[in-house]
Amino acid sequence: MIRPDSPTILAVRGLHATVNGIEILKGIDFTVRLGEVHAIMGPNGSGKSTFAKVLAGHPSYVVTRGEVTYDGQNLLGRKPEERARAGVFLAFQYPVEIPGVANSQFLRLAYNSVQAERGKDELDPLEFDDFVRAKMKLLEMNPDFLDRSVNEGFSGGEKKRNEILQMALLEPRLAILDETDSGLDIDALRVVAGGVNQLSKEDNAMVLVTHYQRLLNYIVPDYVHVMDGGRVVKTGGKELALELETRGYDWIGNENPASAAASA
Amino acid sequence: MTATTTTTPPSGYLASLLAGQPQLAPSPLGWLNDLRAEAVDRVGVLTVPTVRDEDWRFTDISPLTRLSFQPLPTATPPAAIDLAGFAIEEAATRLVFVDGVYAPAQSSVAAGGVAVSNLAQASVADAAAIQPYLGRLAGFRDDVFTALNTAFLQDGALIVVPGHVALTSPVHLLFVATQPNVASYPRCVVVGGPGSSATVIEEYVAMNDGAYFTNAVTEMVLAPDARIDHVRVQRDSGQAFHIANCAVTLGRGSRLHSVSVALGARISRYNLSVLQTAEGATCVIDGLAVISERQLADTHSSIDHAQPHGVSRQLHKCIVAGAAHAVFNGKIMVRPGAQRTDSAQSSRNLLLSGRAHVDTKPQLEIFADDVKCAHGATVGRLDTDAVFYLRSRGLSDAAARNLLTYAFGAEIIGRIPIASLRQRLQTTLFTATTRQP
Repeated sequence: MIRPDSPTILAVRGLHATVNGIEILKGIDFTVRLGEVHAIMGPNGSGKSTFAKVLAGHPSYVVTRGEVTYDGQNLLGRKPEERARAGVFLAFQYPVEIPGVANSQFLRLAYNSVQAERGKDELDPLEFDDFVRAKMKLLEMNPDFLDRSVNEGFSGGEKKRNEILQMALLEPRLAILDETDSGLDIDALRVVAGGVNQLSKEDNAMVLVTHYQRLLNYIVPDYVHVMDGGRVVKTGGKELALELETRGYDWIGNENPASAAASA
Repeated sequence: MTATTTTTPPSGYLASLLAGQPQLAPSPLGWLNDLRAEAVDRVGVLTVPTVRDEDWRFTDISPLTRLSFQPLPTATPPAAIDLAGFAIEEAATRLVFVDGVYAPAQSSVAAGGVAVSNLAQASVADAAAIQPYLGRLAGFRDDVFTALNTAFLQDGALIVVPGHVALTSPVHLLFVATQPNVASYPRCVVVGGPGSSATVIEEYVAMNDGAYFTNAVTEMVLAPDARIDHVRVQRDSGQAFHIANCAVTLGRGSRLHSVSVALGARISRYNLSVLQTAEGATCVIDGLAVISERQLADTHSSIDHAQPHGVSRQLHKCIVAGAAHAVFNGKIMVRPGAQRTDSAQSSRNLLLSGRAHVDTKPQLEIFADDVKCAHGATVGRLDTDAVFYLRSRGLSDAAARNLLTYAFGAEIIGRIPIASLRQRLQTTLFTATTRQP
C-alpha cells in the first residue's frame, strides 16, 4: 500500500558490487517505504539475486561504491546476523539443506536470536512448539517438517514454504523474497502467496525478486522495477509487469535509462 | 611430542611389554594355553610397525614405544568405583572390566537364554562354542598387537546368542581405565547363532587422564541370517594409546551394523575387517572421529566381498580441529565370482583449523565384472552458503559454524540404535563443537 507519509525503510543510492572481482551491480537506486510491496523483475543475469544477497550481507559480494540505509542507519558493513536481528530477511532462492539439524531446532535458534535482540523473552522448546505449529497452519505445512533435518529431502515447494515460515516467525520489517515462485506448482504458489499477503502489514515492506509475472497475480505489487545490466532501468506500477509479460524485456533497453532511473 | 621415526629396536620394546606374561595364571582350557603360547612366539618374530610399513605410513606410533606399560597383576580385585555416569539404561546386561580385569561386583547379567560371561569363567559349553573363533577370526600371524593381546588372553567378554534368539536389550561391555602406565588387553567374542539378533555396545572410558595403553581385540561371527548391531565408543584419556582390531565374518544372509565413534586417546588406531563368507550378507559400517589438539585417530577398514550378492555401506566422517590428524583407509575387496556385489563407501572430512590434517584413502579392488561399487572422499571446510544461511537467520558466525560442525557429526551418532547412548554422545559432540575456536 502506497502512503506518501510512510517512513522510508530502505534507501539505496548508486550501489556497485562485485563478486570474484567482477562487477555485477553498477549503480542501483532504490527506495522502499513501510507498507509497500515492490517487485524487481528482469532477465537472467541482470543482477536481481545479487542485489538481494548484497542487502542480506552475503560475504562473497563486495560493495565497491554507493550507500544503503536501512531505517535511517547505514546497513553496509553490518554482519548478516546483525541485519537479520535488525529485521532484514532474505527468503533464499535455493534454501540450504542442513542434514543433522532438526528444523524445529533451527527455527527456534533463529527465532530466539531475533527475539533476544528485540529485548523479548526467548521460548523454550515446548513453548516454541505451540507457537510454530500455529504459524505452520498459515502455510498449510505438515508438522512433520519440524522433526526433519532443515530442508533435507524437501521438495522445491516445501523448501519455499519453510522459507516463508521463517519469515512468519521472525516478523521482519524488510523481507526480500528471491525467486520464491520458482519451482512452485500452482497450488504451492497460491499457498505461499497467501502467506506473504497475510504477513504484509503497514509496518513492514516486501521486495519480491522474480523472473516471471505469474507471482504478481497473487501478490499485487505497488511498484514494479526492471533490472538490466546491474541497474534499475525502469520503474512503474503493477501494470508494468503485465506489459513485460506480453512484450518481454527487449523493448526496455530502447527507452532512455536515465529517465527510468529518475522516476525510481 | 614430535613425529619422528623410531630408531629403538622394537624387539626390546616388545620384550618389555611381554615381561608380565609368564605370571599369567594358566587357563583350565588347554587349547587356550596353547593359543597364548603360539601368540608369544609370534610376538617374538614380529616387530612394532613404523611409518615405513605401508599400513602405518600416516600413523607414527613411536610415542607409544617411549613409554613402558604393564598389565595389572590379575590377583588384584578391582576397587569398587562409581560407574553410575556410564550406565546405559536400556542395557539389562553389563560386563565391566577395570584396567583390563573383570569386575564381577560392577557387572550384572540378566537371565534369558543368552550366555554373557567373563571369558576366564566360561562354562564348558560356552568355551566349546567360542573355541573355533577365538584367536582365529582375528589372526595374529602378521599383526603384532593382535598377537600381544592373544598372548595376554585372560579376562574378556563372551557373548553366545543361540539360534533364533532375539536379544531384546543391548549388552554393554564397559572397559574402564583408572590408572596410568597400565597395559590392558580387552577381548570380546560374539557368536551370533542362525537367525539370532543382538546389540552389543563396546565402550572404552577413562577415569584418569594419564598415559595408558589399551590393546583390544574383538571377534564376531554371524551365522546365516544372524543380525548384530555393534556400537563401539572410544573415549580414552587424551594421553592414552588405543589400538584395536575387530574381525567379523558374515554368514549367508546375515547383517552387521557397526557404528564406531572415536573421541579420545593421544593416538588411536582401529582396524576393522569384515569378511562376507557366504551369499547375500550385508554390512553397514559407520564411523566418526572427533579430535583436536595433537590427537591422532586412524581407522583402517577392510570389507571383503568373497561371495555373490553381498551388500556393504560405509560412511566414515572425521572432524579435525587444532593440530590433530585423522587417517582413514577403507579397502573394499570384491573377489572373483562375487557377482552382484553392491558396495558404497564415502569418506567425509571436516577440517576446522589450518593445522588440522587428514589422510584419506578409499581403496577398491574389484575382480568381478557384474558389480555396483561407488566410493568417494571429501576433505573440506564448512560450506560458506550454509554458514551464510544460518547467519541470515540471526545466528552469530560462531554459533552457525558450531551448529554445522555438530550436524556433520550428529549424522553418524544418529545411527546408533540406543536412545540414551545417542543422547549422551550428542551432548558430548555438542560440547566438543562449541569449544572449538
